[in-house]
Amino acid sequence: MIRDLTCREFVEFLDDYIAGALPVESRAEFDKHLSDCPSCVAYMATYQQAIVLGRQALLRSDDPVPDTVPEKLVQAILAARTRR
Amino acid sequence: MATSPPASGSDAGEARLLAALREGDDAAFERLVRLHSPRLLAVARRILGPGAEAEDAVQEAFLSAFRALRAFEGQCQLGTWLHRIAANAALMRLRSRRRRSESSIEDLLPRYLEDGTHLAHPAPWVPTPEALLEQHEVRERVRAAIDELPASYREVLLLRDIEELDTREVASLLEISENLVKVRLHRARQALRTLLEPLFREVQP
Repeated sequence: MIRDLTCREFVEFLDDYIAGALPVESRAEFDKHLSDCPSCVAYMATYQQAIVLGRQALLRSDDPVPDTVPEKLVQAILAARTRR
Repeated sequence: MATSPPASGSDAGEARLLAALREGDDAAFERLVRLHSPRLLAVARRILGPGAEAEDAVQEAFLSAFRALRAFEGQCQLGTWLHRIAANAALMRLRSRRRRSESSIEDLLPRYLEDGTHLAHPAPWVPTPEALLEQHEVRERVRAAIDELPASYREVLLLRDIEELDTREVASLLEISENLVKVRLHRARQALRTLLEPLFREVQP
């Protein structure tokens, strides 16, 4: 008999579920909850999308890895080294 | 990817560079700085935003690295090692900034009815994040949302999900337990999801 999870319990361990870090018996409870609960299906999908959005917004090319850094910065670093 | 080390030639090339650095060879230091500073600047800008402070963090990172060169045991590539040091230097500066208004994390976590079901039923996001990300304004708003997270949560999210350090590394950088890193990351992601939700409601018909 697989126990019924609440949405709160589902969300509390959602990161472990997504990472595949739950033991087999807990995983079955999570699978069952997902098959019965469209809200948690949407929550899980949007939780994962939020991670992608955060990552992409910061990594995307508005501010790409510069080909070079300001020469002033390079010289400042090298000068600071010899001052030590 | 954020964590892929910059191309620095062969392992043998890296070993030669390291040996020259340890001998105090000025040209080797210059080579190291020219090779790695663009990526370190990108890391610092992701954490601190554009501006002079990111450059200051890069300078601090290199000086820390120079001091620690003797202790570097080649357990990872120089680029990976420098990435971690730069992320830490940027983080220390981020911490010292006074936040004007930070949301309380509790206000950004999902709420439930007494029986543990969702209070507000989450809906799928339309259009997809991939489509929305094409818009410059959306990227700005996502960055602003990350900036709005309470500092202790924001730094874990930045290090784990953006800079892709592992849980152990983040725990050691922040001097907190691995379990606390996990808890904060999960809460930070939930809070970010809450902050981003209005982006999607606005575009729904």
